[in-house]
Amino acid sequence: MIRVPDVIRALEGNNVTVRYDRVVAVDALSFHLDEGEWLMLAGPNGAGKSTLIEAIAQGIPYTGSIRWKGRDLKTLKASDLAQRIGVLSQKNHVGYAYTVEEVVGLGRYAWKAGLFSGRDDRGKDEVEKALEITGLTALRHASMLTLSGGEMQRVFLAQVFAQDPQVLILDEPANHLDMNYQQQIFSLILKWLKEPGRAVLSVVHDLSLARRYGTHAVLLDRGKCVSQGLISEVMTPENLRQVYGMDVYAWMREMLSQWQE
Amino acid sequence: MRDLRQLRREKFAPLTYLLLTFALFLTMILCICVGSVSISVSDTLTTIWNSVWKLPVPESIAKNIILNVRLPRVLCVTLAGAALSLCGTAMQGLLRNPLADGSTMGVSSGAALGAVTAMATGFTLPGSSYGGIMITAMAFAFGSLILILSLAYALDRSLSTSSIILIGVIFTMFISSIISLIITFASDHTRSLSFWTLGSFSGVNYEQAALLLLALVLCGGILFRFSPELNAFAIGEDNARHVGVNVKRVKLIILITVSVLIGVCVSISGTISFVGLVMPHIARMLVGPNHKRLLPASLFSGAIFLLLADLISRTILSPIELSIGVITSLVGAVAFVIIFYQTRKAR
Repeated sequence: MIRVPDVIRALEGNNVTVRYDRVVAVDALSFHLDEGEWLMLAGPNGAGKSTLIEAIAQGIPYTGSIRWKGRDLKTLKASDLAQRIGVLSQKNHVGYAYTVEEVVGLGRYAWKAGLFSGRDDRGKDEVEKALEITGLTALRHASMLTLSGGEMQRVFLAQVFAQDPQVLILDEPANHLDMNYQQQIFSLILKWLKEPGRAVLSVVHDLSLARRYGTHAVLLDRGKCVSQGLISEVMTPENLRQVYGMDVYAWMREMLSQWQE
Repeated sequence: MRDLRQLRREKFAPLTYLLLTFALFLTMILCICVGSVSISVSDTLTTIWNSVWKLPVPESIAKNIILNVRLPRVLCVTLAGAALSLCGTAMQGLLRNPLADGSTMGVSSGAALGAVTAMATGFTLPGSSYGGIMITAMAFAFGSLILILSLAYALDRSLSTSSIILIGVIFTMFISSIISLIITFASDHTRSLSFWTLGSFSGVNYEQAALLLLALVLCGGILFRFSPELNAFAIGEDNARHVGVNVKRVKLIILITVSVLIGVCVSISGTISFVGLVMPHIARMLVGPNHKRLLPASLFSGAIFLLLADLISRTILSPIELSIGVITSLVGAVAFVIIFYQTRKAR
């Protein structure tokens, strides 16, 4: 008997379609993400990247199926979903003066939800660990209203780390951040991914960042998949030219050449 | 500065609750003693003590005033103040909107319309003379809440602060005119328009106090149970969903709970504006935004605030009694402007 090695699909989408009124934002997209991989969603504005992320997070209605290790996400309870899939969204604005620790601690919600599910003994450690690796321990009592954009983003990253999911879904994790923060956040995520059983799916606008950190990519254009697979196979000059309508490689080279004496 | 604030929050728990309970108790005694007829503190305390333990109480005017007029009134005011303040806190958290409140969002007016309709049509439930009115008020409160939220949602999907308030204000004006129409045509069955629009606690009784207590214990209990979820919503609805909150279910439960509380309050005392808007802010200044501490703090501060407002409304122009809403609106409108200005500036 021939044994087929089990490929553990951390996330698998089949024919995912999202419609806003008459516009088809994501069109019959299929994709998969295995453990240890970092899948980059790339494509120009309006390609449907953020929409797909919202669908995976069960925030908007879609047709087709999205599965985590074979289980349809639609059948999971909200707290069960959060224990498996953590989402870091693009816009995080806090209106009230919660402390950093309170916001990060909220990441443990799914593990203690329900009246009789008992205490979350691991919670304190996870929060502590999350604060530490994101460098927020000193700021733990600071009010969210006093933080800078970069600190704020780190707080929500710490929250999703404290949530301890197996798949991390990130929508522009380093958007509007200075370069040093970009680097910090991406290396934090890369370190997180090193633990066994984990996977990352993210939208990254900056193609250089996508190329640097991604293992795989899905290139989207107007809701349709143009190419998917290994990052080096997807991000070819031809594919990028087709999607962005310009010579991306030449442009990147030109940008870089400014720095060479 | 940061450390100082933190210190205040950490130390909050037992000591502040004790202080707040004490302050509430003092205010209640004050409100029983002061009025058109002044009664000494010792008389007040002995009368209440003796009647609670079924000991003989000497017949006097003071006894009558305390037991039949002021005590039920003070109890109702305390409970309604606590309930309205809790509702405001819950809505401000749930909608992440520092200006949300039963009165600014038109929920109270909706409840008033329900109560007036029940009175005008003579709809009652067997068993309780208030049952029918309360149930209708609750249902109308919930209906208007849903209506206003859907209108605001259709207007702009982010449910921004100002669009909800704008719709709430227009809705309130619309409802007020319907209420006055109903009152004009069914004058002898309903209460006056000023009762419904400005509120009053004159003539309340123990049965109403008991109903308020029941509603406050039940609904307050539910809201306390949902304080982690309220925190999640206050940080952001998307974030709440991402950390695993069953957003739709929790929202529905909280909106129903708030509608029930507001329905009960309004059917007993009319609409009293701004308590639920202002007191959560005061409480937030004291204990921070975490609903575990915020809900109890706003419960106490709401009760104390409304007691004082009621005291002023019945003593300042004595023997004329002002509607309690006159006082709360005077304070509340100014506070509204300040809060609105600050939220705008913070953006």
